[in-house]
Amino acid sequence: MLRFLFGRLASALVVLAAFSLVVFFLIQLPPGDYADAYAAARAADGDQVTPEELANIRERFRLDAPFIFQYVNWMGNVLRGDLGFSFEYKKPVSHVLAERLPLTLGIAFCALFIVYAVGIPLGLYSAVRRRSAVDYGATFIGYVGLATPNFLLALILVYLGHKWFGLSAGGVFSPEYVGQPWSWGRFRDFLAHLVIPVIVLGTAGTAAQVRTMRATMLDELSKPYVMAARASGLPFWTAVWRYPARVAIVPIAATLGWEITAIVSGAPIVGIVLSLPEMGPVFLQSLISQDMPLAGGILLIYYVLVVVGTLISDLILFQLDPRIRMGAQA
Amino acid sequence: MSGTAHLSRLQLARRAFAANRLALVSLWALVGLIVIALFAEFFAPYSPQARNRAHADGQPMGIGLVTPDGRVQLNVRARITERDPVTLRRVTQIQDDDSWPVRFLVRGEPYTWLGLVESDRRLFGVPDGYLHLFGTDRLGRDIFSRTIYAFRTSLSVGAISVLVAFVLGIAIGGLAGYVRGLFDTVSMRVVEFLQSIPTLPLWLTVAAAVPRDWSAIQTYMVMTVILSLIGWTVLARRVRSRIIAMHDDAHVLAARLAGCGPTTIFRRHMLPSFTGYLIVDLTLAFSTIVIAETSLSFLGLGLREPVVSLGVLLLPAQSISAIILTPWYLIPGFVVVLIVLLLNFIGDGVRDAADPQSY
Repeated sequence: MLRFLFGRLASALVVLAAFSLVVFFLIQLPPGDYADAYAAARAADGDQVTPEELANIRERFRLDAPFIFQYVNWMGNVLRGDLGFSFEYKKPVSHVLAERLPLTLGIAFCALFIVYAVGIPLGLYSAVRRRSAVDYGATFIGYVGLATPNFLLALILVYLGHKWFGLSAGGVFSPEYVGQPWSWGRFRDFLAHLVIPVIVLGTAGTAAQVRTMRATMLDELSKPYVMAARASGLPFWTAVWRYPARVAIVPIAATLGWEITAIVSGAPIVGIVLSLPEMGPVFLQSLISQDMPLAGGILLIYYVLVVVGTLISDLILFQLDPRIRMGAQA
Repeated sequence: MSGTAHLSRLQLARRAFAANRLALVSLWALVGLIVIALFAEFFAPYSPQARNRAHADGQPMGIGLVTPDGRVQLNVRARITERDPVTLRRVTQIQDDDSWPVRFLVRGEPYTWLGLVESDRRLFGVPDGYLHLFGTDRLGRDIFSRTIYAFRTSLSVGAISVLVAFVLGIAIGGLAGYVRGLFDTVSMRVVEFLQSIPTLPLWLTVAAAVPRDWSAIQTYMVMTVILSLIGWTVLARRVRSRIIAMHDDAHVLAARLAGCGPTTIFRRHMLPSFTGYLIVDLTLAFSTIVIAETSLSFLGLGLREPVVSLGVLLLPAQSISAIILTPWYLIPGFVVVLIVLLLNFIGDGVRDAADPQSY
C-alpha cells in the first residue's frame, strides 16, 4: 500500500511540474512583459511611467533573464504561496482567489456527488429493466445531456427557473438576503441558487456514467455466475446487488479522475453564465483583460484540483479492484 | 450468413448502416442541413447584416395557414410599429385583421453566392412586409437568416479543424505505432498529458493570448488551429493502438514478405480495417469541436463579428436579463444541440456497421 501510494505521489508531482511549466509558458505568452503591463495599468489611471522606472522593475524582477530562470523564480514564489500581483484587482492573486475558492470547491463537489448518486443507480436500473420507460428516458436524457453545451444548459435552466419558479437567477442570494447575516431562510435561498449550477455541471457526467454503468451491467448480467446465483435461490435484487453491481462499479470508479477533470473544465463557463462569486468569472475577466498572473494562478489551481482528484480516484480504485492491489504487492 | 457471401466489405457495412433507421435518418437530415448551409444566401430570407429598424428585438413570428378574411394561404399577420408617445420606445402591434402573404422564390436583396453567382432570388420572403421566424436581435437583424449563415461558418470551422486533427492524428499515431521507440514514448506521454488536463480553461487561455487587434480572418485561422489541437489526441491513440495490434497479423506479414513498403502496408493493408472506427472518432471529434467553438465564441474569446458563427450569435444571450426578456436569442443554441445529436446517431450507426460481428 505504501509503495503504491509513494509511486502515485511521485507521478502526481511530475505531472504537476509539467502543468506548472505549461501555465508559466501561457503567462508569458502575450506580447510584452510585467513591466509593460504595469505601465499600461498605471497609464490607465492617468499616471506616467518613466523609462527609468521600467528599467528598475525589469532589474528588480529580473524580467530579462532566460525563460527557465524566470520559471524557477516564479515556482519558488508559488510554493511560498505568492501567485503574483493582479493588475485588474490591484491586490495579490492569492487574496482574490481565497475569497472565491470555497464556492468553486463546493459546487464541484456537489456536482461530483450528483454524478455518482444519480448515475450509478439509474444505469443499474436501466440495465436490469431493459427497454422499460426508465431505460428509454435515461438513454434519451443521456443523448441530449451529452449533446448540449454546458453554457446553453445553464441559459435554458436560468430561463425556466425564472419562468416557473420565479428564481432570481444569478449570484448566490436573492436581493433581499444580500448582506444579511446567516439565517435559515438565507441558507435555503443559498441552496436554491446552487441547484442550477450543480445540475448543469453534473448532467454530462451523469449521462456518461449511466451509459458506462448500463453497458457493463448488461455484460455482467448475462454471465453464468449471475444465473448460478439466481438458481441457488437468491432473491433477484440481492443477486444483482451482491455480485454484478460490484464488478460494474470498478470501471465507474476508474473514471473518477476524468470526471473531476470534466467538471473542473466546465466550471468556469457555468460560473460566468450564472455570475456566481466563484473563480470562473474572475478567470474570464482576467483572460479578456490579459491579466496573465491572475489567469495563470487560476489555471494552476484548476490543475492542482485535477491532480489531487486523480490521486484520490487511484486510491479508491486500489481499494475496490483486487487486481490492482495484488499487482502493487507483487 | 448465407446470401451475403458475394458482397464486399463496403456493401456489407452499407447494409448494416441502412438497417439502423435512426442513423440513416440522421445522415439525411445532416446532409439536408449541409445543403441549406451551402446555399445559405438562397435559403435565408435576409442577409446576416440587414437591419429591420421597425422590428428590433422583435419576437419570433409564426406563419399562419388561413388569412383573416378566410382564404387558405401561407401568411403572417401584419404589424404596425409606432413610437409610444410617453416612453418614446418603439412598440410593434399585431394587426388581427390584416396579413402579409408569404411568397416563394421572391426577389430580395441581391447577393453573390460564394463569389461566383450573382442573384437576388431567395427561397421565400414577404414582399409586403417582413418575416422573422426566430425573431430579431437588438439591431433588428433576422436571427433565422443569421443562424443559417452561422451554421455555415461553424461547419466550415469544424470541417477544417477536423481535417487538420485527422492528418495530425494519423501522422503522429501512425508514426508512433510503426516506429515505436523514443518517438512513441514521447508522443504518447504528450497525448496522455493533453487528455488529462481540463481542456477548456487551457484553450480559453491560449485563445485569450491571441492579440486583440488581429483581423476577423486571422482570428478565424488561429481558432481553427486551436480547435484542431483539441481533436487530434483521440485519433492518434486509436491509430497507434490499431497498428500495434495488427503489426504481426498474417495478412500484414504476407504483405511485408511480398515486398510492400511501410507506406503501402499502412495505406492498403492496415487503414481499411479500422476506417469505420476512425469515422466514429471523427464524428465525435467534430461534435467536440463544434461545442468548443461555440463555447469559446460565446465567451467572446473565439470568433468575432462580423464573422457570424453559432457562438457569436449566442454572445448577446450572456446576460441574464437578455435571456429573460428576449429568450429567442437562445434558438441558435438548439442548432448546436441538433448537430451534435445527429453526429452522435450517425457515429453509433457507423460503429455498428463497421463491426464485422454485426453482419
